[in-house]
Amino acid sequence: MESRFRVLFLIIAMISLSGCAATKNLFGFGNEEAPPPTAEGPGQVIDPEVERREIKEPKIDREDFEIGAFVGIMSVEDFGTDVSYGVRLAYHLTEGFFVEGTAGYTEAGLTSFEELSGDARLISDSERELYYYNLNVGYNILPGEIFLGEGRAYNTNLYLIAGLGSTDFAGDDRFTVNVGAGYRLLLTDSIALHLDFRDHMFDIDVIGEEKTVHNLEGHLGLTVFF
Amino acid sequence: MSARNTTTTPSTLQQTKSVIAACLCAVVLQIVLAAPLQAADEYRTVTIADPYIEMRTGPGRGYPIFYVVDRGDSIEILMQRTDWYQVRAANGKEGWVNREQLERTLQADGQSVSFKVATIEDFTNAKWEIGALAGDFDGANIVSIYGSYSLNPNVAVELWGSQILGNFSDGYMASINVVHETWPEWRVSPFFTLGAGVIHTNPKSTIVEAPDRTDDIGHVGAGFRIYATRRFLLRAEYKSYVVFTSRDDNEEIEEWKVGFAFFF
Repeated sequence: MESRFRVLFLIIAMISLSGCAATKNLFGFGNEEAPPPTAEGPGQVIDPEVERREIKEPKIDREDFEIGAFVGIMSVEDFGTDVSYGVRLAYHLTEGFFVEGTAGYTEAGLTSFEELSGDARLISDSERELYYYNLNVGYNILPGEIFLGEGRAYNTNLYLIAGLGSTDFAGDDRFTVNVGAGYRLLLTDSIALHLDFRDHMFDIDVIGEEKTVHNLEGHLGLTVFF
Repeated sequence: MSARNTTTTPSTLQQTKSVIAACLCAVVLQIVLAAPLQAADEYRTVTIADPYIEMRTGPGRGYPIFYVVDRGDSIEILMQRTDWYQVRAANGKEGWVNREQLERTLQADGQSVSFKVATIEDFTNAKWEIGALAGDFDGANIVSIYGSYSLNPNVAVELWGSQILGNFSDGYMASINVVHETWPEWRVSPFFTLGAGVIHTNPKSTIVEAPDRTDDIGHVGAGFRIYATRRFLLRAEYKSYVVFTSRDDNEEIEEWKVGFAFFF
């Protein structure tokens, strides 16, 4: 008898519990609850494991820097004209603006006074070596293309630069302002040919009174973008 | 006799020279050969989502559009220069596309392409910065370069190298300083700085012969970092230096500078 009551009570309890569970689901209260653990755990038919497609994108090669060397002629006011050499590093900010650092070397000759007077020397031979560096801002003012025959076109740029630096000449470092213009011809997308004209201005007092001298330089350079 | 002469071993100097020459050749060859090797790399491929994409002959707005790639076609991105990307179409045509157009293409996984562009947030949070400034150093001209490392958005450590070019003397100065930015997220961000270093002074050769000297310096200063565009910023600052000379009095020097810098 007792066991019968027990079974009956269990049945009632189960029905009421399942009813509660159904009602809960019906009113949408049970959504947050974890699903009841399955006792037997039938073997799953579908395995939902999907591997995410991993795509490794190759990096894009950035070529905003430009490095190169140049050879030209530089006229040192009162001291004649000689061959100049130098290096250049540029960073292109936008299609218009770039910043540039240049360093160069030339050797100054004799002044007319020194040539006429025979042995008199205003400065020593080692002081005649002229080294300069400049930090410039540049702007590509006239971008364009040139055409060689029918099938060839090269991109070009006419740019202006201006900047500050120092020139080591005649025994002292001299504050130097330089301005100039250049023409960049891109032989390939990464190699460029430059033709530059610059005016290096600094104050000097080697020949009597202090004066501002203009030292003109023209050079031809080759640069590589990287 | 003559045969024996030709087989003499080269001197060590010649050997060293040839070794150096060989090394130089190897370096030059590597540089020359590096470009074609890189060209064999894999490129990023994107699919056009817009009705079409315009290819120009050069990396600039003025260059003519010479080719158009249609929607659904893919292109390879060969390289980037400023805001322009050199791309190659399936038929081998190569041209330049600007960033705005290229951002409306799809990657291989179907997501739209996005390129990392430096913004004002990077201006606040970037770790490294290099720049160049010029100005007035107690009547002399000064040209400086600096490198900076940010410990956090507010505090940075800077290393400076300057060349001083005056009428009576020229010289060099090196200093290390700590910079504090109170509002680093502002477009025009004020800062305060404190530092120490050394100054080497070299009197002009045309005036009375005076010995070179090296002194310690300490400085305080203030200024502004101004975000311009991309990775580019402008900087203006004032510093007050004390030069600890070996004479009775210390020298005080005021400095004003402006310039530009990049962060990365």
